[in-house]
Amino acid sequence: MELVLSIGIGVLAGSGIWLLLRPRTYQVIIGLSLLSYAVNLFIFSMGRLTINAPPVIKAGTEIDPATFADPVPQALVLTAIVIGFATTALFLVVLLASRGLTGTDHVDGKESER
Amino acid sequence: MRLDPEHLVIAPILIPFVAGALLLFFDDRERRLKAIVSILSVIALFVISVALLRISHTDGTANEGRVAVYLLGNWPSPFAINLVLDRLSAMMLMLTSVLAISTLIFSFGRWHRAGPHFHTLFLLLLMGLNGAFLTGDLFNLFVFFEVMLAASYGLVLHGSGLLRVRAGLHYIAINLAASLLFLIGVALIYGVTGTLNMADLAMRIPKIDEENRMMLESGAAILGVAFFIKAGMWPLSFWLPTTYAAAPAPVAAIFAIMSKVGIYVLLRLSLLFFEETPDMPGGFGSQVFFFGGMATIAFGAIGILASQGLGRLAGFSVLVSSGTLLASIGLVQVDVTAGALFYLVSSTLAISAFFMLVELVERGQNAVANVLAITMEAFGKSDEEEEEEEEEEIVGVAIPRTIAVLGISFVACSILLAGLPPLSGFIAKFVILTAMLNPEGLGQGSAIPAASWWLVALLILSGLSALIAMGRAGIRAFWAPPVETSAPRVLLIEIVPVAMLLFMTLILTVQAGPVMRFMEATAISLHAPLSYIEGVMEIPHTVPQ
Repeated sequence: MELVLSIGIGVLAGSGIWLLLRPRTYQVIIGLSLLSYAVNLFIFSMGRLTINAPPVIKAGTEIDPATFADPVPQALVLTAIVIGFATTALFLVVLLASRGLTGTDHVDGKESER
Repeated sequence: MRLDPEHLVIAPILIPFVAGALLLFFDDRERRLKAIVSILSVIALFVISVALLRISHTDGTANEGRVAVYLLGNWPSPFAINLVLDRLSAMMLMLTSVLAISTLIFSFGRWHRAGPHFHTLFLLLLMGLNGAFLTGDLFNLFVFFEVMLAASYGLVLHGSGLLRVRAGLHYIAINLAASLLFLIGVALIYGVTGTLNMADLAMRIPKIDEENRMMLESGAAILGVAFFIKAGMWPLSFWLPTTYAAAPAPVAAIFAIMSKVGIYVLLRLSLLFFEETPDMPGGFGSQVFFFGGMATIAFGAIGILASQGLGRLAGFSVLVSSGTLLASIGLVQVDVTAGALFYLVSSTLAISAFFMLVELVERGQNAVANVLAITMEAFGKSDEEEEEEEEEEIVGVAIPRTIAVLGISFVACSILLAGLPPLSGFIAKFVILTAMLNPEGLGQGSAIPAASWWLVALLILSGLSALIAMGRAGIRAFWAPPVETSAPRVLLIEIVPVAMLLFMTLILTVQAGPVMRFMEATAISLHAPLSYIEGVMEIPHTVPQ
């Protein structure tokens, strides 16, 4: 399971970075989205991977922490998803405005001379 | 119920949040109401920040200061999130509120009419800034950073236009990528230590075993890169001058403190997390701070000399200021840090005033024609025409009053940025240089490391380049405008904030003694963060009946 998750994160991050460095605004925004998926999975994996383990414990009982999932990364990842989603939406608006004002979808607002 | 002073700690976050949200309900046509609400809330912020400064500095024992902790949700420390107020954060809050008052007044001149929701975005930016200064939790820091950045994206685009959208596109893309790095760093640190509370981290990090050390340090390094981008360290700073020059004047003026947020976090976390060890003098990462800072100073100084527009000149002065701070922090000496804190306040005030001034001065000029004229001047094409004109010229120039006021402010800004006496820029640089040349304390005659000499040379040269560039820009703007210019039409309400900020630097100069003592106390508690850690970890937890 660890291997599958790591490969998944690696592929997402790799393609994200490649797209981020491309000259078209649409490629940049897709790159940022892929990167944020990779980062979200990464945060999630930092709570260690467990299966069938509840994150909530009963109050007042002695427990063995190894049999429980870590709830903190799950909370963090939710926050990160929400924030990432909002900022990506905002970036999309700026991207459209830039397209309208410059007439091109190049990130610099003009085609490179080549 | 008696209101403890601890409850005041959350006010700098709540006030702009509530006011900003409230203003969303009103139409943009009710501008007067919006202006009144926002100016009242920033004045309230200022009053509260003064009270918080008193709490953090004078309460408690004389040297230790007081670390006020606000437990959100009243969970016992170190669980859940908390807000921590110490001298450094109180100082940054105060600086923010001073800048906020002046830039907001400035925007009443005309900028707040340039687009929708200016006041809401401005107040939310303040909320993010204040939250970032107060939080005692790494992930909460991320959240407040995002609040601040989201508001700043809107503000950069305020007033719209091709230039702003183009610069804003780059700014947003870079900051989104930086936020992702921030998250990776935070996740790595959490994965190793199992906590996100800064004070708890400071206690656990020295106990991390060797095999996990690498993970932790790579996490801290990635986190550091995110803040280096915010602070504008070379080579992560190419976006900064363009964005700041493109942003509307009051926004650029408040952005002067946004690059300092990066510096604040770097200063706080590096001193809290990493102690000096024998095999790593200065602690983890101090070399990066030092050499990165020096490279930033050099890049900024060259940029200042090369920039043709005043806006870009101001943008590059932000870089010089960031570089100076980073390099001074990288030396990890208490006295140098104290000087750096003084420099931080002084240079932020000066740069903020300068950004507003630039817009006023450039108002009478056509920016494109101006650049063209400079290019022509450089190639020596217009010499003949000038000679003919000179014969007809009447001796003596009538200086309009506006030009006189703007000129005096411009001279004050130049003196501050170049670090010349008599204003506070000089005192700041003098303190840093003195501390660097006397590493063991004044009059000990100890050896000075070679690296310090390089920094001394760079600091002085950067001052010189600022002086040359400002002198040249001043001559062109006031004495010999290369193109036909009219005296800019400036409202009183626009010149008052500039004067206010410059007056603050004058106070800093006159009251340098007490201010410097405060900075020294701050630097000492930063370098020995035990009182901070104990203040957070050992806060009594009471359940109200």
